[in-house]
Order: sequence, then structure tokens, then C-alpha cells
Amino acid sequence: MTDFDPHMVLLIFAAAVVTYLTRIGGYILITKMTRIPPRVEAALNAVPAAVLTTLVAPAFFIGGWDTKVAMAAALLAGLRFSPTVMLITGWVVVMAWRHFAGI
Amino acid sequence: MGRADFFEGLKGGIPVGLAAAPFGALFGALARDQGMSLGELTLMSGTVYAGASQMVGIDLFGHNVQAWLIVLSILAVNFRHVLYSAAITRYIRHFSPVQKFFTFFLLVDPQFADTVKRGESRKPVTFAWYLGFAAMVYIPWVVLSFVGGLLGSLIGDPRTIGLDILLPVYFLGIVIGFRKRDNFLPVVIASTAASAIAYRYVGSPWHVSIGALAGVALAAALPPVKSNRKPDLATENHEV
Repeated sequence: MTDFDPHMVLLIFAAAVVTYLTRIGGYILITKMTRIPPRVEAALNAVPAAVLTTLVAPAFFIGGWDTKVAMAAALLAGLRFSPTVMLITGWVVVMAWRHFAGI
Repeated sequence: MGRADFFEGLKGGIPVGLAAAPFGALFGALARDQGMSLGELTLMSGTVYAGASQMVGIDLFGHNVQAWLIVLSILAVNFRHVLYSAAITRYIRHFSPVQKFFTFFLLVDPQFADTVKRGESRKPVTFAWYLGFAAMVYIPWVVLSFVGGLLGSLIGDPRTIGLDILLPVYFLGIVIGFRKRDNFLPVVIASTAASAIAYRYVGSPWHVSIGALAGVALAAALPPVKSNRKPDLATENHEV
């Protein structure tokens, strides 16, 4: 149960190392620049929305109507209320849809 | 001051820790399902500490994909962190080298979002605050991965309890938290289109890097916005 396969452990450490490199890579790059040009700054400001959108969009497009409707409802809730209310709205809608319309 | 900041960080991290915990448990259950041992999956959560890429990783383990391809896929999913670490540099210049080492190790999506939010609202981004926030996310993540692996078979199909909807809604919440930024809508539209097309024709996980690159490239290409920026970013709402 708690055994360690050497190949798996090696793979996990390789994954950890590349992940750490991405997490420090931007710092190393940016400290080598003396000043940040406006376009680089505009690009940096767009990073969070651009990246997280890519984790949302495919879920919406490949998801069934249960997912699409729940995500749309959560979006509307999120524009007015807190993220927690948004999560609960998405969950309630998807469960209601599956319960009443069948999975 | 250090202690007060640490507790403020802990408090700020609570909603994120609560939101991440089910995914930690889900990761544990799915990893167990793909044949990882309890020790291995806990080690992965503790060392990689990156939800989406851990999910991608275990998905590929199950398909017997070559090791270098798995590592490359994890790199693709995590590539956004290069941009995160570049973006938070301005707020953590005063950290010591050892503090920076841990800062970057703990730099996950919500940690990034809240650090930027705190920096932009002119509150001091201290290492004590950062560590408090991170503790509230990291510890539940690792512990719940273990618990999820332990209970794995009991959870069954995550769809029947609606668990599958939480991850996309969670990310959607962070996205709309940035809606007051310059070029928000064009960036989101470009990333949506590029990631959906890439998902269809190139495949996962490349849609993450391709979609993100499209949005960032568009932001860099658009004429710079000469807005009189008020501290509107302080009202951005992406705690979860």
C-alpha cells in the first residue's frame, strides 16, 4: 500500500523539478531585465485570465448540457456574489439537472 | 508584525484551502485508481503540488505513456508558472534567498492571485503572510490527497456527487475576478477560442499552453491602454 516503485518515484521527482523550474523561471528571466517594457507588462497582466480560461473553456465545450447550464448559472452568480456562492450554485444546478433530467 | 501577518495569511487561505481540499481528495482517489500507491501519490502532492498537472500526470500513467512525454506534459500544464513568477517578482524583492526558494515552491494559482491582489492594494506582502496563506492551502492538499487515496474506492464515480463541476467553476471564478483588467474580454475570447481548437486538434494538455499563449500574445499586440487606473484591482474578487 505504501510501497515505492523506483521508476514512479523518479518520475514524480522529475515532475517536481520541472514544476519548480517553471515556478522560478519567470523570476530569473525578469531580474535579468533592467526595466519592464509596456507590452511585456500588458502581457504579464493578461497571464492569469489567459491561462485559467484554458482550464475552463474545454470543460464547457466538451461537457454535456448539465455542465454547460451549471457553468452558465455559476458565471451569473459569480458576477454578483462571492466565489463560494458561485461554487455552490454550480454544484446545486448540476445535481438538480442530473436528478431531474437524468445523467 | 510577523505573527499578525502569518495569522492574516492563514485566515485568507481558509476559503482556498477549503476549495482545494475536495480536489486533493479527488486526486488521491483517482491516483489510487490509476495504480499509484498511497505513498507515491502523497509524495507527488507534497513535491509537485500542482493540482491540474497532477491530474494530467496520473491520467497519462494509466495510459502507459513514456516517461519523458509525461514530464513534458506536466511542463506544458505548469508553464503558466513562468509568467506567475515573473509577475510576482515586483512584490517579493525584499525576501531573502531562502524565503524566495520557498516562495516559488509554493506558488500555485490562488497563491499567485492573492499575492498580486495584496500587492496591488498596497498592503505589505511579507513572507509571514505568504507562508500563512500557503500553509492553509498546502497542508490540506497533501493530507486530503492521502485521505482520498485511503478512501479511494468508497468515493466511486465523482459525477454522481457532482464533484466534476467544481474544478471548472473554481477556475471560472478566478477568471471573472480579473474582469476589470485592461483587455480582459479580448484576452478571454482569444484564449477560449485557441484552447478549444487546440483541445480538439492538438489534444490535452497542449490546449493549456496554446490557449494561454494566444491570450497573452493578443494582450502584448493590442495598443497599450492609457487608462487612468484607479486601484480597482483591489476590488477584484478571487479568493477561492
